[in-house]
Amino acid sequence: MSAHILAAVSTVDALTFAVSALIVLAGAVGVVVSRHPVHAALMLVMTLFGVAVLFVEQRAEFLAAVQVIVYAGAIVVLFLFVIMFLGVDRRESVAAEPLRGQRPLALVLVVLGFAGLVVLGAEAHWSVGAHSVAGVARGQAGGNVAALGRAVFTTYLFPFEVTAALLVIAVVGAVVLARRPPRIAPPTEEVPFEGADVARPASGEPGGSERRADGEPGGGRADGEPAEPVRVGSPSDPRPGGETSVEVSR
Amino acid sequence: MIHAAYLMVLLPLAGFAVLVVLGRRLGDPWAGWLATLAVAGSFVATCVTYAGLLSRPSGASREVTQNFFTWISAGPLHVHAGILVDPLSMTMALFVSGVSTLIHLYSIGYMKRDRDFPKFFLYLNLFVASMMLLVLGSSLLVTFVGWEGVGLCSYFLIAYWFERPSAASAGKKAFIYNRIGDAGFLLAMFLLFEKTGTLSYRGIFAHASDLSTGVATAACLLLFLAAAGKSAQIPLFPWLPDAMEGPTPVSALIHAATMVTAGVYLLCRMSPVLATAHDAQLVIASVGAATAFVGATIACAQDDIKKVVAFSTVSQLGYMFLAVGTGAYEAAIFLMVAHAFYKGLLFLGSGSVIHGLHDEQDLKRMGGLARYLPLTAVTFASGWFALAGVPPLSGFWAKGDVLDNAFARYPTLWVIGIITAALTAYYSSRLFILAFTGEARWRHSEATGGPAPASTSPAAAAQAAQAASVAAHLGPHEEPHEAPVTMAVPLVVLAVAAFAAGMLSLPWHTGITRPLAWLDPVFGSSLYAAHQSTATKWVLGVVDSLVAFGGIGAAWLLWRRTWRRPALEPDFLRRVWYVNELYDLLIGRPGARLASFASGVIDRRAIDGVVEGVGTATRGAGSALRRLQTGFLRQYALGIVLGIVLLLAFMLTRVWP
Amino acid sequence: MTVPGAWYLGLSVVLFAIGALGVLVRRNVLVMFMCVELMLNAANLAFVTFSRMLDDIGGQALVFFVLVVAAAEVVVGLGIVVAIFRRRQDATADDFHVLKG
Repeated sequence: MSAHILAAVSTVDALTFAVSALIVLAGAVGVVVSRHPVHAALMLVMTLFGVAVLFVEQRAEFLAAVQVIVYAGAIVVLFLFVIMFLGVDRRESVAAEPLRGQRPLALVLVVLGFAGLVVLGAEAHWSVGAHSVAGVARGQAGGNVAALGRAVFTTYLFPFEVTAALLVIAVVGAVVLARRPPRIAPPTEEVPFEGADVARPASGEPGGSERRADGEPGGGRADGEPAEPVRVGSPSDPRPGGETSVEVSR
Repeated sequence: MIHAAYLMVLLPLAGFAVLVVLGRRLGDPWAGWLATLAVAGSFVATCVTYAGLLSRPSGASREVTQNFFTWISAGPLHVHAGILVDPLSMTMALFVSGVSTLIHLYSIGYMKRDRDFPKFFLYLNLFVASMMLLVLGSSLLVTFVGWEGVGLCSYFLIAYWFERPSAASAGKKAFIYNRIGDAGFLLAMFLLFEKTGTLSYRGIFAHASDLSTGVATAACLLLFLAAAGKSAQIPLFPWLPDAMEGPTPVSALIHAATMVTAGVYLLCRMSPVLATAHDAQLVIASVGAATAFVGATIACAQDDIKKVVAFSTVSQLGYMFLAVGTGAYEAAIFLMVAHAFYKGLLFLGSGSVIHGLHDEQDLKRMGGLARYLPLTAVTFASGWFALAGVPPLSGFWAKGDVLDNAFARYPTLWVIGIITAALTAYYSSRLFILAFTGEARWRHSEATGGPAPASTSPAAAAQAAQAASVAAHLGPHEEPHEAPVTMAVPLVVLAVAAFAAGMLSLPWHTGITRPLAWLDPVFGSSLYAAHQSTATKWVLGVVDSLVAFGGIGAAWLLWRRTWRRPALEPDFLRRVWYVNELYDLLIGRPGARLASFASGVIDRRAIDGVVEGVGTATRGAGSALRRLQTGFLRQYALGIVLGIVLLLAFMLTRVWP
Repeated sequence: MTVPGAWYLGLSVVLFAIGALGVLVRRNVLVMFMCVELMLNAANLAFVTFSRMLDDIGGQALVFFVLVVAAAEVVVGLGIVVAIFRRRQDATADDFHVLKG
């Protein structure tokens, strides 16, 4: 089969494929084995780039562009931001494995899964040449971008709107998750306001008294909802804690 | 006239219903009068129906079925709730309702000042209603309803003073023995339904000749088992003496006159089926004769006045079954009616004695009562002579009828019957002599020493011990008092009946038509009439009389002077041939062992083990599965990958060529 | 003639496998996240390949949405990471086993 196919495939395409595949796989392996997270991020960029090339080769040019801009340009950058921000750049001891049997088992299962997928792909009856559901990919007026645009804005309009909402939610979520918890003022004379519930226990939550402009009690809030408009860049108190912290134990 | 037949059952039932609701409010004695009125009404209805039946010509027109509604209609089984009015059922109904009325009247006086006065009459009415339903039922199943009803009421009434443990256990005993018989009844019904396709009497009799001998024999033996349970024959008789725990009117009504005769009635009713089963007939006759003998021997050695009469009942019932087995159904019915009168009388008389002596029941502590209870003594004597078979009272004719037919068909059994008759005369005389004549032993304040009171069962022993603990029931200068009017009237009526009931069926043809002859069409060809020459009948009659007088004479000689004769009262007889102990050994103890095995091993270990095991297993499984939850994120991820691999494997099995 | 789709699919499977292995083996949370991104990319590749093979733009549209969702997921995930790592800076995935049964 391979000789016949190889004769039919044009060499440029084959070469492009081979090189891109190599890049992709090298990057993937690099992500997995890199000890330094920053190295891993860079390897990831390599993989993404390789995949973009493969997209172009498959005549999905718009997606290739989006891949590079969004994935490699935004997401990986975000990764790097977090790595740098948190200083999580220590080398992880890749050699030791605390969980017993995790590595061998993982290897076995992944190999089995891989083999299964390959066999499935080879043996299964593929349905090829079915009618387009959303519209043809090739030969549309305006090229790939217009074709994709038509599909997204007509057939898949609802998912499009939903993903928009999803993005908003994601942003809000991220902000909420990442903000520091508000501080609670120690019981002083200036705090008791009319209707203020000073007696509610603080439960050790820190908070700044200057934030208590409306007399809202501070700590013990279990739902993490902000009681006041978000203030970015609040007091620099780096004290950990807050309702969103997860129990971390040694 | 006949269409009012349903009143026979309905009136006592209505009495029961009213007493359930209003009994407590009516109280002593109005509740009693209401109950008596209900039963008297039933008697009147019976008489009216009887007259109506008599007015019809003899034969098939004297068989009227009144169906009220279709009770069961399930596939091939159709049972109507109905009554059958024919000479046999009317004969039964007449004496049942008549005697019941008298005993209701008697109870008003006897149960006076009892704590639960209305409850007693409530049960009695229900009993009468059930008994009427039993004898009037148009099919085996309707009869069975009445059968169960009387058994139930018997239980209620025996255990009437239920706070007494002996009474409560006597009630249970009676019910259980009855139940064993009921199993026979049910099996017989199943068999007959299977073979004839119907349960109504008319239907069964129509097919009676089609039944094979084997089936007929089996059915009859099963029905005899039922009758043995209800009528206290061997081997199911021990409940009857214990049933004396109940109040005396109950003993009179249920355990002498009515319920115990239900077995005899059943077999008489099923005579067409019995006619073809000769083996069954022999068995019935033999068991009857044996029971008569055994009952009589035991009665000779009892000290409790009611126990003597109870065993006498067992014995007399044996005679009735002897007659049934011989095929002499009319003789059985004759004896049943006569027995109802004189045995009922004897019980009521005993009740009067007990009442007069303030609840003293031990014969050895009575004596000389004829002076203080003259009416009771005279009426009691009437019953005594009737039981002993002294001519010309009813007992002589009735028993003679039975023995004549036995002589003709089963001579061996006749011999047993004659011996038993001698014993009957003996023990009944002993009873009268010890109670009414001789020294007034009840005057002595200390316990009258002597052998331990007759203990036929732990129940009686406890009772006697109770009696012994109270030295004398009467005060030092108190005297026994005669029965009040409500109790005296029934005594007199029954005495007259016991005397005269012989007229029902005299063995020779006189100008008066034999009243009982109207039963002939009912039994038809299955009736055995001993065709004996007049001479034979005379000889047999003389033999019967000699035996009766001989027995009386022997008792007079032996018991006139002394009230202590241990040689004549051996433990073997006092302890009822040790039958209770035998049953306990053969059935009671193995049963208890089986029950403790079932509860200890099967219930506690097997069943509870399984049930608890489910819980334990679940807990164990939970503990084991808990170890999957390690909390480690990467192991959960491993689990996900494992799931994916399994999914892929499954898909591969589907597509693999 | 272009490269047969089967090759692309094969590559996609390999990439997915490597990503899966990475998730299972690495302990650093951020690197695990990146391996998840690898798997997503493998899926994207497969979708685009199918889009070409079946001449259906729907595959590419789906990749479009996967991209968006991946982005959102990364945002929220990293927010969680930030929240966690305020406490301890060298925490690994193995340290969060509070849900141990």
